[in-house]
Amino acid sequence: MTLPLSFVFFVLLGLSVYFYYHAKSGIVRKAALLSDRTKALPSHYGQQSFLWAFIPSFLILLVLTIGGPNYIDQIFYNKIQELNPTFNESFVSLILAKVINVSNGKISTGEENIIMLAKDYKIAFEQLHFYRGLVVILCAALLGMIISYRQKPGSNAREQVEKFIVNIFFASAVIAIFTTVAIILSLFFEALRFFNLYNFFDFIFGLHWAPNVAIRTDQVAAEGSFGMIPVLLGTLLISFIAMCVAIPIGLFSAIYLAEFATPKIRDFVKPTLEILAGIPTVVYGYFAALTAAPFFREIGFSLGLDVSSESAIAAGAVMGIMIIPFISSLSDDVIRAVPQSLRDGSMGLGATKAETIYLVILPAAIPGLVGAVLLAVSRAIGETMIVVMAAGLSANLTVNPLESVTTVTVQIVSLLTGDTEFDDIKTLSAFGLGLALFFFTLLLNIFALSISRRLAERYD
Amino acid sequence: MIRKSIQSRRARETRLKIYGITSICFALIMLATLLISIGLNGYSALQQAYFKLDISVNTEKFVDDSGAPDNNKMNLFNWDGLVQSALREFFPEVKDRDEKKELFAIISANAGYDLKEIIKKKALGSGSHTLSVWLHLSDDADQYLKGRLSIDIPEEDRRINNKQIAWVNSLVERDIAKLKFNKTFFTSADSREPESAGILGSVIGSALTLFVTIMFALPLAVMAAIYLEYFAKPGKITDFIEVNVNNLAAVPSIVFGLLGLSVFLSTFGLPRSAPLVGGLVLGLMTLPTIIIASRASIRSIPPSIREAALGLGASKMQAALHHVLPLATPGILTGTIIGMAQALGETAPLLMIGMVAFIIDIPTTFTSSATAMPVQIYMWSDSAERAFYERSSLAILFLVAFLISMNLLAVVLRKKFEKKW
Repeated sequence: MTLPLSFVFFVLLGLSVYFYYHAKSGIVRKAALLSDRTKALPSHYGQQSFLWAFIPSFLILLVLTIGGPNYIDQIFYNKIQELNPTFNESFVSLILAKVINVSNGKISTGEENIIMLAKDYKIAFEQLHFYRGLVVILCAALLGMIISYRQKPGSNAREQVEKFIVNIFFASAVIAIFTTVAIILSLFFEALRFFNLYNFFDFIFGLHWAPNVAIRTDQVAAEGSFGMIPVLLGTLLISFIAMCVAIPIGLFSAIYLAEFATPKIRDFVKPTLEILAGIPTVVYGYFAALTAAPFFREIGFSLGLDVSSESAIAAGAVMGIMIIPFISSLSDDVIRAVPQSLRDGSMGLGATKAETIYLVILPAAIPGLVGAVLLAVSRAIGETMIVVMAAGLSANLTVNPLESVTTVTVQIVSLLTGDTEFDDIKTLSAFGLGLALFFFTLLLNIFALSISRRLAERYD
Repeated sequence: MIRKSIQSRRARETRLKIYGITSICFALIMLATLLISIGLNGYSALQQAYFKLDISVNTEKFVDDSGAPDNNKMNLFNWDGLVQSALREFFPEVKDRDEKKELFAIISANAGYDLKEIIKKKALGSGSHTLSVWLHLSDDADQYLKGRLSIDIPEEDRRINNKQIAWVNSLVERDIAKLKFNKTFFTSADSREPESAGILGSVIGSALTLFVTIMFALPLAVMAAIYLEYFAKPGKITDFIEVNVNNLAAVPSIVFGLLGLSVFLSTFGLPRSAPLVGGLVLGLMTLPTIIIASRASIRSIPPSIREAALGLGASKMQAALHHVLPLATPGILTGTIIGMAQALGETAPLLMIGMVAFIIDIPTTFTSSATAMPVQIYMWSDSAERAFYERSSLAILFLVAFLISMNLLAVVLRKKFEKKW
């Protein structure tokens, strides 16, 4: 007998709904018997039963669904290893994968042993699904009955239900903390494994990045070297070019929109710029690789310069265009947050509008503007698709915008999209880069947010 | 002297205005360039070169002993041979082996397979049938007919040689080959051959992924927002949650991909390339966006509404869920739509969790291998064939059009439900 996941889930849901109505009508009957009034609304007793029946069983279902298959895989892994003690780890995993595929019917094989194991594997899975369904449904039924039996008209179901819901709400808010912690831990531990294989200081200060590790152990090839300075320099170069485009254009647009533009122009320009912000980065990457890069190459050619087809300037310029709306809308908010009284005071003393802007508004807004720019820099450093499609792969130690450079995100993508093993030094080095990227952007973000907050407090 | 200084002060103001207008114009021109260049690249992918073949088949060959259709026999039949011999009837002068090879290169390498699928779908009765079918020309012939392959460059540098051009032209003259609406693009998944590649697989992959994202992120975000606005006691934990939410909103998306790779794939052992994992990763990524939008929306509801409810004896939970939440719903929905648009356009985290694989089947479940629209665009623009560029551009046009309409919907919703209290 098979009990698929969706079936178990809907039975669980149905049972819980049943207990809702059961408790709701039950409590009214109980109260009538005692000729008493219920302390909370009948529906609160129903909600209490629903939560009791549903939540614990649902958690069990979740754990069994995620953990169960892993547990079975582990059992079969051990079984295969016991049968063939001479096999090494990766070969055992290979056989396990074959067994799983045969049991799913994805591939067929003539090997007797594997067919036998596949049969066992299938049976184990069927058992797992059967017991999962049984446990979950029984648990829901049992808990539902217990709570319905225990509910008394005098107990305050509303308070209990609400306390429980607040806890659920709290748990969802804490997910934000969990996510951050999970990011830090996962990056940190993988990076730690990388630093066991590769010296930490060679990584931080190394001037050579060439992650080409020998594919076979007996192959004569250079050891991979993982010095991140050239990669970091490339990232900073491209971000710098992007900022050279985005900061002046974004700022002047924001000043014009906030101080000069008529409401009509504002209503047209602001949403249009927001379209620019809503275009996916892969589209900018496509534009950079297929339109901007040849364009810069042409221009360079006509000036007698040799521009690489994956030049930093093409990727940087397009990234700058992407960031314009980001800077302009943040700066617009900051400039408009400067109190009107400052403007009126300056104008009253006879300053022109331009002088008011240069001498009064911008100095007052400067912390917020710096915050916006820092957020934009962090965005440029973490941007992936444009550079993956338009920047190079080889790590050149150069600041020449016409040459090809690589970035942290490009390296992460190129190291992790191949079919490499998970504990390979190349894979692990990507986590080292990821950790560096995360901390770099984290520092920028915290700094930017604290600066902006200070501004907001000043004029509150 | 004063007049002079006033002049220069006014000039300064004019200059500032000009800088502003130039900047805005530059940004708008860039937007137009971007969209127009992609549009010009992509519109031609709406058409595809087809050729018409009159083919006679005897369905008796594909039935088993009981007379029922037999897929195995159908798969074993030499469909390519059938197509090729039908094609050769137009060019009886082609005899040489190499020449034949060149001739067969002007039709799609999948032509035989496509013919089989067409015949399978028609479910012909038993007996022999003659039917005329439209099959794809190869991508090179297609690009030539659309004028996308320049024929000025020397023959050996071209993907299509003079002889093949002459054959294609003669097919067009005889009205056998022509450009027709590219239905394949909208009805099939990815393929190695550009002429048989379509976006349906990636559209469904994106839809499955976004479904997981919204089911995961929306409830959590709303609950977190209500908690932070109404139930959180001011203190260290609350501050820490707020700092985390704000920071997560600015963490590079690729870091979420790394998180998904090391937590969902290697610790939990969830399947690679699955919309389930993609949806969870994108959900974690959009969670802070939706939390921030929901909080703003809840905060914009005047306190008097909540206080009135509390004053009439409602509990804090009842006031929040029965009175504030319904009024905050439009704002929350707007934030959700914007978050979903962000998730739909996101590529980098999906690359990390293996949704970048080449997948021919249209995904059907949350755990089957799939790819998403932006990833499909990335893969196509990375391919060597010229014909993939235009397909990539067309896919971009659809994606961008969809995203813009999502954002417009958000703006309209905001306008419609905006209330002045």
